[in-house]
Amino acid sequence: MNQPKSQKIVPETAYLKIENIWKAFGSFLALKDVSLGIKEGEFVCFLGPSGCGKTTLLRAIAGLDLQTQGKIEQAGKDVSNLPPSERDYGIVFQSYALFPNLTIEKNIAFGLENTGRDKLEIAQRVAELLELVGLSEQAYKYPAQLSGGQQQRIALARAIATSPGLLLLDEPLSALDAKVRVHLRHEIKALQQKLGVTTVMVTHDQEEALSMADRIVVMNHGSVEQVGTPNEVYCRPATLFVADFIGEMNQLRGFAKNAREVAIGTTTLACNKHGFPEDDDIVITIRPEDIVPHSDTEPDPKAAQEGNLFEARLKEMEFLGSFWRCRMQSEAFDDNEIIADLSINAVRRLSLRCDQILTIELPAAHLLAFALPVDQA
Amino acid sequence: MTVPQPDVDTLPAGPIIKGKLSRDDILMRGGMAVIALYLVITLVLPLYAMFSKSFSTYRIELTQYEVQVSDEAGQFNTPAFILANLNQQYNTVPKEELSTGSGGRLGATKFFPDFSFRSSVMYRIRNLHDAGRFLIGSALKDDTDWHELDSNTFRRVQLRPVKSTGITNFVNYFSTPALFNSIKNSLLISIISTIITVTLAFWFAYALNRSCMRFKGMFRLIAMAPILVPSLLPGIALVYLFGAQGILKGLLFGASIYGPIGIVIGSVFFTFPHAFLIISTALAISDARLYEAAVSLKASPWRTFWTVTIPGARYGLISAAFVVFNLVITDFGLPKVIGGQFNVLAVDIYKQVIGQQNFEMGAVVSVVLIIPAIFAFAIDRLVQSKQVALLTARSVPFAPTPSTKRDSIFLIYCSVIGLFVVGILAICQFAALIKFWPYDLSLSLNNYQFDKMDGGGWRAYYNSIKLALLTAVIGTSIVFFGAYLVDKSNGFRGGRAVFQMFAMLPMAIPGMVLGLAYIFFFNNPDNPLNTIYGTMAILVVCTVTHFYTVSHLTAVTALKQMDREFESVSASLKQPTIKLFSRVTIPVCMPTILDISIYLFVNAMTTVSAVVFLYSPKTALASIAVLNMDDAGDIAPAAAMGMMIFYTNAAARILHLIISKGFLKRTQAWRER
Repeated sequence: MNQPKSQKIVPETAYLKIENIWKAFGSFLALKDVSLGIKEGEFVCFLGPSGCGKTTLLRAIAGLDLQTQGKIEQAGKDVSNLPPSERDYGIVFQSYALFPNLTIEKNIAFGLENTGRDKLEIAQRVAELLELVGLSEQAYKYPAQLSGGQQQRIALARAIATSPGLLLLDEPLSALDAKVRVHLRHEIKALQQKLGVTTVMVTHDQEEALSMADRIVVMNHGSVEQVGTPNEVYCRPATLFVADFIGEMNQLRGFAKNAREVAIGTTTLACNKHGFPEDDDIVITIRPEDIVPHSDTEPDPKAAQEGNLFEARLKEMEFLGSFWRCRMQSEAFDDNEIIADLSINAVRRLSLRCDQILTIELPAAHLLAFALPVDQA
Repeated sequence: MTVPQPDVDTLPAGPIIKGKLSRDDILMRGGMAVIALYLVITLVLPLYAMFSKSFSTYRIELTQYEVQVSDEAGQFNTPAFILANLNQQYNTVPKEELSTGSGGRLGATKFFPDFSFRSSVMYRIRNLHDAGRFLIGSALKDDTDWHELDSNTFRRVQLRPVKSTGITNFVNYFSTPALFNSIKNSLLISIISTIITVTLAFWFAYALNRSCMRFKGMFRLIAMAPILVPSLLPGIALVYLFGAQGILKGLLFGASIYGPIGIVIGSVFFTFPHAFLIISTALAISDARLYEAAVSLKASPWRTFWTVTIPGARYGLISAAFVVFNLVITDFGLPKVIGGQFNVLAVDIYKQVIGQQNFEMGAVVSVVLIIPAIFAFAIDRLVQSKQVALLTARSVPFAPTPSTKRDSIFLIYCSVIGLFVVGILAICQFAALIKFWPYDLSLSLNNYQFDKMDGGGWRAYYNSIKLALLTAVIGTSIVFFGAYLVDKSNGFRGGRAVFQMFAMLPMAIPGMVLGLAYIFFFNNPDNPLNTIYGTMAILVVCTVTHFYTVSHLTAVTALKQMDREFESVSASLKQPTIKLFSRVTIPVCMPTILDISIYLFVNAMTTVSAVVFLYSPKTALASIAVLNMDDAGDIAPAAAMGMMIFYTNAAARILHLIISKGFLKRTQAWRER
């Protein structure tokens, strides 16, 4: 462990360089050797279940709770041990932390004072920011008089008022109603793109991360599981944890056969190239929406050739608005349950009903193999 | 496809990042150190001085003096002898007289019953070793040289005691029944008063929270009135009611009000608001859903009371009991006025120190008194911390439904209690305005001519107001600033924990003990701070420290309700913390700040116990004047002065209410939606 393997993934050109960060709370390790590079102007989300260390990492970047070991570099400057006031960032908290006794205008102006700007300049900048977040009419109101979404935007305006090099967002949307949340996602993203400010957002909401981030850092138990674009982490999860945490995933136990084949019980499936030696116990996954239903009568000739076609009995159908969630059972998979999300169209076309037997295809391109989790091995 | 990550569960060896402190961090730690230092000087060191005093014994060691006596012609023909041997032979000075205090001195001539200062006999005296000390006039001799003196000078030789450390004082204490009986007495009256007060206060609070009777606001106001007067005032009222010439003396069937009966009645009066407030809070937070569940399960009202009401209020009841117990056992004013021959610990301290000048024994009694006080305090804190856990955000407040029978019973009950409280105050006011009880009942203002009585006169009253104002302003500043620093500074956990402990300590220290500790600490000539001894400054310092804990807890509670990220936001915006403190923290916490100041003001007006050891003729206080005038037999003027304190405090409270409301209206517009 002298030369931590993660060190090489931090590129020299990154705006924010996080190198081998450890954080200990007593004997508990909240961050274990985390390394990461964030490019200038990039929108990065830290995503993970609660307790995974994402907020701890953000607070280390902010200097609010210093890391125990490791180095943080921002814009070429080592900020590892600097207090918050000597770093260059704006921050928005889950609670917004707006000063309740100051008007919206004063809240935004708070960080502009004592910075060599004269009154007129401050007033202009405040007006500009209010315009930017679309709340010009609310300047003289108090925070308590605004809605949650409006308060959120004021907190954002206050954080970017001094044009910091880095914007930190700590679960900024989690206190809002679902509808407002979706709306604000786009607004924050648009604002970020307009300003081009490097942004780090902590969230436990995968939808939020997928829709907003340029890159997602998936964390678990204090370690980084995967760093990648939303598409990468969704379609090519690096670990079983990522596969399981983001989106829905069918998981079936099996073993490796050769580089392009796996087996579940006595059934052999073609799958993505994997690196497991023969007979290794593995977990085979496929997303519910990747399962293709076929009518009994005319299976797709291409699929028939490739294989991966199985008969399954439709046990249960749950209508979820834009699609049907179908639970199936197949003898081929030792009667393990398989979930398939089928479009309304497909259900109608194949006139699917409960207890019906149908043919499903598990396309090889979407079948992934992972090592068994330690506790199941 | 993936390689499982190596399980890294240990921190690699290497240097741990040490944060660079920002200017604000340094300022805040500095501020905290200053306030911690204040608490060390005003609390920890005095208490240490007191403890060490209680283990110090002073004794005149006769073995260390050698004396030689000449004949009438001035010739030293007889050999020198050791004083101890002489005393053993003739036993002129009994052993007990040799045990003394730190200031003790004993005339050398006492050992010579036939001494005459006119005689021509010459004396020689010397210390046998370096530890020996005696005075010739006011000159201290601690060498081992012979001093030859004529009899007129020998008359002025005083032997000085030697200090030793040990538990002798405690042994003496526990072998003197007159002293240790007070422990039993104190515990007895405290337990009885606690049971009575908590019971009465519970039903009073129950009536106000759980019935639909009328005049609730008025009763609440009356219940809080005793907090505005010194604890000795009910004693004075009881003297008028049940004393030798009391109007209701017959009700006692020959028993004397001077003693446990008087102390218990008076204690119930002055502790009632404290118990009422705590129990009322506990009853107010009960969850209505539990009562709905009880009704739906068809539980009888009796069963509901024992399974829902009492368990819900149990922490309040326990907390109230220990607070009342603590107040009664540490109270000095009331047993001083109405205790008669019934000795209690707090008064013993006063008697030992003021009456007998035996400071060491005063310290011993203080140590004895601290034990139950700390015990009661610790249990109260434990219980209070559990109380919070009962509250959930989803609780539904209980709304009582009218019931004619129950409401009228409670109205009668509350009226009786209200009458008791108002009656005590009214009798004091009445007595103050009467010419000469009970012979001349015509009205006059004679009793208000305080300047004609002992006790400090009107100046004492103005001193009290000055003390109360200074305490309110200085105390609130120190307390709030200290609470802010301890709650909002980063890191520095150890330092903050120590600070928190210092801040909690004053509540556990009885006022008498604090006052006595101040004598030991500040009246020590070696202490550079002894210049404040006998000034208003020491009274302010003592009062602030005495009431520090409750103020601190109030401030911390308010600060905890502030978003804990304000400081982070301010730092990220590169603004100094002091700006956040003055522009946001203080305005938002203003109602709390005003609450703390009125609390300190009222307590400074009524406190007796701590300051009774510390006032000087120039800084006499109104509450002390009540005590002293009562002591001197001027009971009516004492009542008059006591009522002056009441009116002043009532006015201060009303002013506080007006200011608070006005302030809220003007600057707290943000609270409205």
